[in-house]
Amino acid sequence: MSHAFSTSDATTRMPEARPRAPEPALPGSLPRLLSGVPAAGDALGLDRHLDVHGTLPRERRRGRRSEHELIAQVERSGLRGRGGGAFPTGAKLRAVAARRGRPIVVVNAAEGEPASSKDRVLCELAPHLMLDGAVAAAHALGAREAIVGVCESSSAADTLARASAERGSADAVQIEISVVPRGYVAGQESALIAHLNGGPALPTFTPPLPFEQGVRRRPTLLSNAETFANIALIARHGADWFRALGTTEQPGSTLVTLSGPVAAPAVYEIEYGTSLRALIDAAGGLLAPVRAVLLGGYAGSFLDGALLSDLALSDAQLAPHGASLGAGVVALLSTDACPVAETARVARWMAAQSAGQCGPCSHGLPALAGAIAEIAGGVAADDAGERVRALGRIVRRRGACSHPDGAVRLLLSALEVFGEEFSDHARHGPCERCAVGAELPLPARQVARASSRSNERAAARSRGLSRERARAATR
Amino acid sequence: MSRHRLILNPIACEAHGMCAELLPERITLDEWGYPMVDDEPLPAALLGHARRAAAACPTFALLLERDRGRS
Repeated sequence: MSHAFSTSDATTRMPEARPRAPEPALPGSLPRLLSGVPAAGDALGLDRHLDVHGTLPRERRRGRRSEHELIAQVERSGLRGRGGGAFPTGAKLRAVAARRGRPIVVVNAAEGEPASSKDRVLCELAPHLMLDGAVAAAHALGAREAIVGVCESSSAADTLARASAERGSADAVQIEISVVPRGYVAGQESALIAHLNGGPALPTFTPPLPFEQGVRRRPTLLSNAETFANIALIARHGADWFRALGTTEQPGSTLVTLSGPVAAPAVYEIEYGTSLRALIDAAGGLLAPVRAVLLGGYAGSFLDGALLSDLALSDAQLAPHGASLGAGVVALLSTDACPVAETARVARWMAAQSAGQCGPCSHGLPALAGAIAEIAGGVAADDAGERVRALGRIVRRRGACSHPDGAVRLLLSALEVFGEEFSDHARHGPCERCAVGAELPLPARQVARASSRSNERAAARSRGLSRERARAATR
Repeated sequence: MSRHRLILNPIACEAHGMCAELLPERITLDEWGYPMVDDEPLPAALLGHARRAAAACPTFALLLERDRGRS
């Protein structure tokens, strides 16, 4: 994608000339986050952004930080975090505001999930809306710095740097773009804080949580990029406007990354509670029958494709099926793919993404991946399924971050949804579909490299090396 | 019931296994030698053993924390 855009002319940037809530922002209509974004091409420049959204109102704070109007509005809006945790953003803002010391705002746009690209798309197409949100939150909290953490593998860093330069110093908030090393757990919030504090981008043992002690041990508001873009909309239009879309528990609109056998796999903005059917229709319909739906990414869960017409995309509506939207990943798996081979690949990748810091994760995930690979290859013992479940119980909730929990959740859901295929592979070995290329999105080169490394590590361990030496031997 | 509970820092833990020997009532080892710690509040009778288990950890990974009223 190219990033050509014209430098803005100061006279067209006069804030007085612009309406606060221009026409496209009708309460019950979409798009919101992607308003004015061209179907193909470049980021929404500052001028165009202001034309579409109007200027960001700046309420003066009277009294204490926690009494700022924006915090009350965000609380009333019911906005929940968009990084996967769905934590109420208003409560987070209030928690940061209640701490002593000048807070720091951190935008998490690192997006380590390979099945998701919504934060990248948001940063590349609507960088100013996200930056507005960071600035509005900074004003409300009395913060003077906002740091955007963005993954090294995306071109969003350049777009954001240009967008930040375009804004100049008008915000009275210093915006810094920080490039985060690629990696699944690097986008985990404690890992991002560790990286911004000059350490490796690896999860740390909590507490303290970021709102208590984050960047430079200051109270830190750390939220997902899309969360900030929503804060920018709430700052402009208020809580009632925000709640005109979505469900009571999950108001508003959200970005979802739809992949699989549809005519136009892409990032879509939907209202919470939209049916999966409607999303698929928006993407031009199905190209093949769907065996399963992966919801929430590789820390999420598989649901049987037979449920496809029953599913509505909100956490409350997915909860009875044991699923949630997570960071908005909807990956369809067609009947052309072998679900066992797909699961084995994902298991291997998740194992390789362990930071290797916590024993139960660094031993347990490779053991899980190994057990699943044995089933897929038809060389497993009879009780292999039970072994996978037992490993799941051992590994779950024993890491410093939730990486092992997410991996276990996904693999157990695969075992359940693909029970028939798993027992077929256990008995007869690979099927003809096993040879078909991978359908679920994984970084291909990383998988190959990671698996050879983790296999070597496993081999080194079985030769009697300790964990540390096994790791050193295969570096 | 005391108001203390055991917390494990899984990053610091290197599977030395002393804790499981000193407090088998609350700590067992998994198949790789890493402790599985029961984080329910400790009965007063076990508090002394828990203290010794935490103190014996060579990497200070086992922490005895006073409950701060969290559920």
